[in-house]
Amino acid sequence: MSIDKSMNVLIVDDYKTMLRIIRNLLKQIEFNNVEEASDGGEALAKLRAGQFGLVISDWNMQPMTGLQLLQEVRADARLKSTPFIMITAESKTENVVAAKQAGVSNYIVKPFNAETLKEKIEKVLGHA
Amino acid sequence: MREPSGRADLSQRLHHPPRPDRGELEEIVRSVISTMRGDLTVQETSLLTEVEELGRTIAAAKAEIAALQVDDITDSHIPSATDELGAIVDHTAAATNAILEVCETLDLLATQVSEQQAEQLNDATTRIYEACSFQDITGQRISKVVVTLKTIENKVAQILTTFRPADDMAVPSAPPLTAEEALLNGPQLPAEAMDQSEIDRLLASFE
Repeated sequence: MSIDKSMNVLIVDDYKTMLRIIRNLLKQIEFNNVEEASDGGEALAKLRAGQFGLVISDWNMQPMTGLQLLQEVRADARLKSTPFIMITAESKTENVVAAKQAGVSNYIVKPFNAETLKEKIEKVLGHA
Repeated sequence: MREPSGRADLSQRLHHPPRPDRGELEEIVRSVISTMRGDLTVQETSLLTEVEELGRTIAAAKAEIAALQVDDITDSHIPSATDELGAIVDHTAAATNAILEVCETLDLLATQVSEQQAEQLNDATTRIYEACSFQDITGQRISKVVVTLKTIENKVAQILTTFRPADDMAVPSAPPLTAEEALLNGPQLPAEAMDQSEIDRLLASFE
């Protein structure tokens, strides 16, 4: 069974440049239906309004952080099973532990490469 | 208006301590010594003399700090450094976006060439995309430096407050961090950061 690459992917980051980079990297691995949000609040609104098969989010954003977004997603009956990958420069043990406890599907530390992104996406979508 | 001297004066000062300047400090100590000298032992007189000396030292320190022109640090140097760092972020962002634009053009060209050439072009642009993420990390590192500068600015302002009359300057103290804010550490230096394989092992330990 192959990955459904037509699924909607939501990428969340307050750096426009980073959104552009992730969008282009996703395009290269054939995920073309990508939507963007610049913070947790905007992302949550888009998630509640649409259908997304994967969320890829930064952590350090204002006013709603990636961790708060993850907690909101996991607390929402309709969204709670959505795969959620955190891509962040936060690389301390307590960050990884907090994200895991909040229900993160996988965790990528910046700077990352395309191969790591592809591998983690495959893993969370159940095709490792 | 000059207040009456002696013990009443001392009592007034103890209950309503002013922000002392050099002259006031010396006057207080002299007042204490002159009022109590007759009642004191040699040891106590010596102690009061030490206190008087301490007052002079504090006043001298105040004069030295004033001579440092620390106002320049908060009024000019730190805001200027913060602006310069902000300009670095803006310029690197502009350069990165220009690079990304060219890459996107190359990605379009890749659809018009042979499969082998397209693969080569995609490999090249992928490496450029990966490298361009430096701008995000750089921006976050610079933000940490700006926060450090702000902390220094506040500390300098606190020093100024200590050596100025209370009504001359008020420094708001920073609110304590929430548990959520305490997790916002930003990028770590390579020697202190966990790499992806360490994070993978940590995540796997939860399975």
